Order: sequence, then C-alpha cells, then structure tokens
Amino acid sequence: MTVIPTSEPDDSVAVSSTEFLAAVAARELAGKGRVFAGVGLPTLAVDLAKRTVNPFLELVYESGVCGAHPEGMAEGIADSVLVSGADAVVSMQALFGYVLQRGNVDVGFLGAAQVDRHGSLNTSVIGDWHKPKVRLPGSGGAADIMPNAGECIVVLRRHDPGALPAQLDFCTSPSPVRARASDPRAVPPGHGVATVITPLGVLRRPDKFGELELAQVHPGVSVQQVRENTGWDLAVAHEVTETPRPTREDVRLLREEIDTVRLYLR
Amino acid sequence: MVKPVKTRGLADAIAEYVEDGMTVALEGFGHLIPFAAGHEIIRQGRRDLTLCRMTPDLIADQMIAAGTVRKLVASFFASGSAGSLHEVRRRIERHDPEPLEVEEYSHYGMFCRYQAAASGLPFFPLRSYAGSDLPELNPQIRKVEDPYGGAPVHVVPALAPDVTVVHAQRADRYGNVQMWGIVGAQQEVVYAARRAIVTVEEIVDEEVVRSDPNRTVIPAHAVDAVVHCPGGAHPSYVQGCYDRDNAFYRDWTPISKEPARLHAWLAEWVYGVPDRAAYLAKLGDHWPAAVAVGERLSQPVDYGRRLA
Repeated sequence: MTVIPTSEPDDSVAVSSTEFLAAVAARELAGKGRVFAGVGLPTLAVDLAKRTVNPFLELVYESGVCGAHPEGMAEGIADSVLVSGADAVVSMQALFGYVLQRGNVDVGFLGAAQVDRHGSLNTSVIGDWHKPKVRLPGSGGAADIMPNAGECIVVLRRHDPGALPAQLDFCTSPSPVRARASDPRAVPPGHGVATVITPLGVLRRPDKFGELELAQVHPGVSVQQVRENTGWDLAVAHEVTETPRPTREDVRLLREEIDTVRLYLR
Repeated sequence: MVKPVKTRGLADAIAEYVEDGMTVALEGFGHLIPFAAGHEIIRQGRRDLTLCRMTPDLIADQMIAAGTVRKLVASFFASGSAGSLHEVRRRIERHDPEPLEVEEYSHYGMFCRYQAAASGLPFFPLRSYAGSDLPELNPQIRKVEDPYGGAPVHVVPALAPDVTVVHAQRADRYGNVQMWGIVGAQQEVVYAARRAIVTVEEIVDEEVVRSDPNRTVIPAHAVDAVVHCPGGAHPSYVQGCYDRDNAFYRDWTPISKEPARLHAWLAEWVYGVPDRAAYLAKLGDHWPAAVAVGERLSQPVDYGRRLA
C-alpha cells in the first residue's frame, strides 16, 4: 500500500492509496451539477465531495435513484439506503433515456480495467474475446454513459502498461475519437473521458478529439515515472502540477463519517 | 365475465409454464430478485434455458451451476459488492465443466430489448455503441440509418421471453401487482413475455390496491399467476420488508469459487428444501432478524372523491 502524508506538514497521519484516490476524485466534482455514480471508490468520492467541495451535488444511480440522500453508506447501486429519502426513484426508461441519453448528466464516474490514449475503456475481457483469460464485468451502464454524459471521470487502481495500453483487448465504451472513426456522422454529444485519476497522477483530455496528457503528478512521483508506466508515448501538459495532498479533514470524514465499517477503505 | 383469481402455488406455476429449452427472464435490478422462483426452477430439473437477466447476480451463478441454463443474455457479469460470479467465469474462461453461450449488451441496450417487445415493436433505437466492439461481438446489435435524415443509430431487437418471473411487495388475488423502491425493468419484462408469474411478499385485499392505483406497476391483465411467497427475494431485498443480506453475498464468493462447495450448497439449500418456507425456517435465527429494517412511512396521498 502506498502511504502518503496529508497536506498538513506537521501531520503524522498516513493516507492509504484508496483514501488518496477518493480525495483527489472528490475535488474533481467541485462545481459539477449531476453525477452518475458507481459503487466502490466513486461512493467514497461523491460522499466526500458533498461534505466538502460541493454540498449540492446531485447523485444519480443507474438503478433509477435521482438525488440520493443516503443515511448510511451504499453497498451497491441498488442499495435500499439510496432509495429511502431520495428526491426521486424513476423508471429505467426515464433514467437511461430521459435523464442520461437526453443529456441531463454532467459527469459519469467510471472504473475500467484498461484505458487507451483517447479514453476508450475496456471493462469486458482480457485476452481472446471468445475464450478470455479474464472475464470482466462487462458494460453495465458504461457504454451508455460514455457517449451521453457531459464528461467522464475514470479512476484506475493501477498505473502500468497493462492498464494503460497502446491497444485495448476489447473496447466496451468508446471515446468520441473511436465513435467518429466508426462513422463520421456518429459523433456522440458527450466529451468522453476528460480525466483519468491513477495512483501516479492525473491525466486530462482537454480536447474532445484529442489525447490524454499528463497534467498532475502525485507527491513523490516524477513525470518520467508516469511516462515509463504508460503503454503509449504519453503527452505531457505544458505545465505539470503536483497533486495537492488530502487534508486532515478529508481523511477524518472518510474514516469516521463515510466508511466507518471500512468496506471500501482498505 | 368473472374476474379470474390468479393465485397459485409456486411449484404449480413453474411446472405449468416453464419448459425445457424456453427463454426465461428473471428480473429485478439488485432489488426484488426472484430467488425462490429460480430455486424452484432448479428443483424441477429444467434444462437448456436461455436465461435473461440484466444483472445475473447470484441467482444466475446458482442456476448455471445446477445445469439449468444453456445461454445467458445479460448486461453485467459480476455481482456488485460480492465481486465475481465464479461459476459464470469458469464457464466462459475455461469452458469448465462446459461452455456457456453468452449474449451481451449494455444496460440500456438490454432494457430497450424488453421495451421493444413490451410495446409490440420489432426493435428499439439507442444512442450507444458507435465505435464499441460490442456490436462486433454481438451481431444482434445493428446500426440503421435514421429515415428522417439524422445520424445513424444502433438498434436492438425485441426480446420476448416465453416466461417472465418477477417479485414484488404485494398484489391482490387477481394479480394487480404493486411495488415501490427500485422498479427496474419489471413492468417492461412482464409486458414483453408470453406468460408472467409474479411472486409477492403479501396478498392484499383488492381495496388496498385500489386505494393507491399509481402504485400498481403491473396490472392484472398482464399477469398469469400470482404467488404468495414471503421472503422470496432473499438474499436480495424488498424495500420496506427486509434488507439485502450482505453477509450472504460476501459468503457466496468463496462458495462459488470451488465447484464442490457450490454443489454442496445447492444440495443443502435448494434440493434439500421442498419450498421457500422450509428455506426460511432453515435460516433459523438469521431470518428475519439479520435483515430486518426500520419503518420509514410515506405520507398518504389523497386521490379525492367526486361529491354528488
């Protein structure tokens, strides 16, 4: 486990990799309106964002819950705590059709086994499609979220050429670049992946049809180290900043108020 | 015409409607998963089913391990916090003990298949899949031109199960089904099917249903059999009745990892009990204490009554 100190210089509290990623992801949600959230690390990040940078963030779940106000931490996207006290629970057509496809989701929060240079995602298989080495969970809502959410944030738990390869084993959720290449008329309304948060840094894709570039390195990580651990020749932003460390309050909230049972914080 | 009473026993309803080789949908999106019906299908020894479930969950792992399923049509191949479905993975990754045919969609793609069939349409369009490898893997996902001159869209074909089974909080004896919380694809998948069986926690008086008609998600005309089956969704949950048995879900991972343990589990908890009541009794003190929920009532609404 990578252990990184918090932002306070005099603070001896060490932060786990999961806590660090959740805190970085939470800050990305500042100023956003409606987020399509998954389970696991996104659960921590959206909860932390609501308690810190964005109290009015609206949480939407693919189960049909809009405006969740959970009294406890959700163990799944269909958890009963997301339903009780929510602003709305809508039908699946309303959620995927009217809320998502009609363009009412600002940010989609996705995980992936592989991300390529344009932000296309593989969540389906590693190896041969028909007899894969690893059968991954598949699309779920990801292939629907990618073209239709305003933008997507991806959090990766690994940063190496396997997770960020030159060529995906399978493309489950395509970037606008791939969509346009398949048919120039099929350009999706959404930006695709705008931000990839990894254990080494933050990659951003400012241009809808551009490549990911290294924008931030985490404390103690060099630009060279990130490039060496990426499967393609990773572009580097004009100015690379160091990721601010989580605050002591971020860590306290994650441990003492959000994930008190240590379900996702390991 | 006399209003038909549709209450049945679960074993009777499954025996009458579910046959070998059929396409069967057991829906419930993380909520209201019809476990009792799945177990009854296993006990009756059905074979070669095409099982349709957006999120296969443990019930698919169990039915596949029992040799009930030839093909799985789905849009997610894991189980939320429980992680991998190891029987599903063994079949796909190692063809062990035999291959499993899989037809894969995204969630909205799968839902649109039900919606097309429920609406009597041949297919349904959606703005997903442009540039994805999914249509290459699954040729049922096709691209069509917009006849009105817009950009092309992908379409998915109607999916009309021979039999659909869903679970709900309550129904009257005629089969007017009320549910609340996450309703998933239940309404669409019932209307999509040739036959529909609904298992419920409670059979209530017709007056209870008619006091709140907006809560009737599935009207009786779409239902063939309604089955009183308390606890029928365990280890998944029923909003306001009992919570998800998260401990059971976590326990499943090591069970499904080892085929011998999985088969021992089926022998004890499916083949070893005659019905859901016996299964719940076998859970002992665990049921319902471990999954009990507190009360959080909605405010009643007033539908009004025209004054004479």
